[in-house]
Amino acid sequence: MSATTAPAWVRARRDPSWIVKLFDWKPFLVFACLLPAVGLLTVFLTYPLGLGIWLAFTDTTIGRTGVWVGLENFEYLLEDRLWWAAVFYSVFYTGIATFGKFALGLWLALLLNNHLPFKSLLRAIILLPWIVPTVLSAIAFWWIYDPQFSIISYVAIKTGLTSENIDFINTPWHARFSLIAANIWRGIPFVAISLLAGLQTISPSLYEAALLDGSTAWQRFRYITFPMLLPILAIVMTFSIIFTFTDFQLVYAITRGGPVNSTHLLATLAFQRGIAGGQLGEGAAIAVSMIPFLVVATLFSYFALARRKWQQGEGND
Amino acid sequence: MNIITRRNALMLGAGAAVLGATGAQAQIRTQAAAATAPRLPIETGATLRILRPVKFVQPDEDVWRAGAARFSAQTGVQVRIDFVGWEDINQQTAVTANTGAGPDLIVGFGDAPHIYADKLVELSDVAEYLGRKYGGWMNVAQKYGKRHGTNNWIGLPFGGTAGPLVWRKSAVREAGYQAPPSDLAGFLAMAKKLKSIGKPSGFALGNAVGDGNGTANWLLWSHGASLLDEEGKVSINSPATLRSLEYLKELYPSFIPGTIAWGDISNNRAYAANECWVTANGVSLYFSLKNDPATAPIAADTEHSEMPRGSAASWPSAPLTLNAMVFKHSKYPNAAKAFLQFMLEAEQYEPWLDANLGYWAHPLNAYKASAVWTSDPKVAIFRDSMNNTFWNGYKGPISEATGQANAEYVTVQMYAAVASGQSTPQEAAREAERRARRIFRR
Repeated sequence: MSATTAPAWVRARRDPSWIVKLFDWKPFLVFACLLPAVGLLTVFLTYPLGLGIWLAFTDTTIGRTGVWVGLENFEYLLEDRLWWAAVFYSVFYTGIATFGKFALGLWLALLLNNHLPFKSLLRAIILLPWIVPTVLSAIAFWWIYDPQFSIISYVAIKTGLTSENIDFINTPWHARFSLIAANIWRGIPFVAISLLAGLQTISPSLYEAALLDGSTAWQRFRYITFPMLLPILAIVMTFSIIFTFTDFQLVYAITRGGPVNSTHLLATLAFQRGIAGGQLGEGAAIAVSMIPFLVVATLFSYFALARRKWQQGEGND
Repeated sequence: MNIITRRNALMLGAGAAVLGATGAQAQIRTQAAAATAPRLPIETGATLRILRPVKFVQPDEDVWRAGAARFSAQTGVQVRIDFVGWEDINQQTAVTANTGAGPDLIVGFGDAPHIYADKLVELSDVAEYLGRKYGGWMNVAQKYGKRHGTNNWIGLPFGGTAGPLVWRKSAVREAGYQAPPSDLAGFLAMAKKLKSIGKPSGFALGNAVGDGNGTANWLLWSHGASLLDEEGKVSINSPATLRSLEYLKELYPSFIPGTIAWGDISNNRAYAANECWVTANGVSLYFSLKNDPATAPIAADTEHSEMPRGSAASWPSAPLTLNAMVFKHSKYPNAAKAFLQFMLEAEQYEPWLDANLGYWAHPLNAYKASAVWTSDPKVAIFRDSMNNTFWNGYKGPISEATGQANAEYVTVQMYAAVASGQSTPQEAAREAERRARRIFRR
């Protein structure tokens, strides 16, 4: 038998259909793959945000569509004492609470980074205040701060520390600091666990080298731990500032902005005007007025804390 | 069962009351005068969808549904009733009015018919007939029912509830009084005495929609001050307001500490815990004490009386009012009107009033004979809730803005600012005026 010289069978290359061609065309494929995400973002993020901003320029009330009033809402806010008070307290609340959360959170993270017995269990317990739904912890604090039935007052009176109920939320400054304390309590775990994750990425060899050079504990913290932690610190701080500045539940559940509006945050004031008061336009304007503060806070975190050359993979100095 | 919660106890009490109510249904006590009902030919194939706020007590819903079922049986009109949460009814009314769709009629709160007056069917024929038959409409009912400055009815009030002074007999006796003085100076003196014997009074000055506004309204109106004048212009910054602020400045130190942080529930709790001995509240406080074995002795020691009137001609309290309205978009306006009329007739209304134990007070004079007002001497005072001459936004017309001023605590915060020493009376009144001007600018 000899090999025949039958021509090798070649499968005719069929022309791809138009749909295959379309999907092989990269720009279209990118567009098609992005479509679901873009759709979701448009419907659930862009539209509400745009609607909110649009409402801020109208005099809409609940159940009645408004007309365009331009900057009237904002002009009123600028001369509204309550809005200024809310701006002050929002900034104050965010500032003090963020400082407290980071000081205590970093400390807690450093402690947890040591070798302790039951390490995992301890870390899980630390997370609890953050896992509990805010509304529940807010209601718990509402009872803790109750003018008549506070557990802290009860204990203080029983142990003879004081003879009267402690004033937690009946006067402005007491109320302001009580709310900040509740916010710090709730925010510590988030900071502590995030920073702990950051701490564990720091290579032990750095500490060993420093030890050989005869460094003190403070020097190790100042020149190794802290710089290595900065990138994650920046991200966590950005989130923390945003969460704190836009906080609503704690304040609304515990004081409703009282006594006499001294603890209104911009978010609670926006709700009070927009929903309870029915002035959707004005409420939206208050909500929109939060945006510049948030942008500034975010930029600060990024530029002040995160802009290091070595973090971007470039050469170190 | 050895665990009896307050809620359970309330249910038990309510259950017993519904038995009493159904037993009493055989005899209607209300005296009706002769009157011809308006001719309301019910549209063929009519059906009705109705919205009303949820019940205080279970028999409220049961008796209401039974009345509606009788209406269906007599007229063949199918009726669907939805019970809506208190916080939601205003929003749902707004949406119904503005979209022109949804329920045919809503039993909403006091000011709603005034906000949506243009979207409502006039109810004058039914209102005038009921007024003739049942001894006339009471003051608050007239105010909330008629369009401002006219005799045209746009709402049919179904009931109201006011917040009187709630006080402990023992404490007031110990302070040397038989009953709280009805004049403002005497009341102040009693409050100081109560404080000195360690049994202080307390009135909410916090952001509490019901109780906080109740305190503020009492202080305003008992001094002859008002948020608005008859034309609806802001009149809060007045000498009368300043007098009321000065009065509170003297009264506040006699309160139990913490009232500036009080919400709607705080005074109930402090009163039930023997910490606050005189306060202002609706009838719910008394019933929750009475139905809980642990606090029943407090209920037995509790009395209700009017808030000190001061210069007011009647009890200075604005009852929370149920107000029914029929929408123009309803395809069956006659059926809707006939339904409201049917429910306000003695055969339906009196058992319902009795079933509510005093939580709601009647809007028509003749119903004062109902059994509920003699069932417990301590609820008798609520009988005249609707006879006050005050409403939210007094003396002005009822509007969307009066509701907003209430929801934003304009007057409450004026008083709280002075009580806490944050502002002088003059500053506080000016600030309240500034906020009110903004709210009433349209």
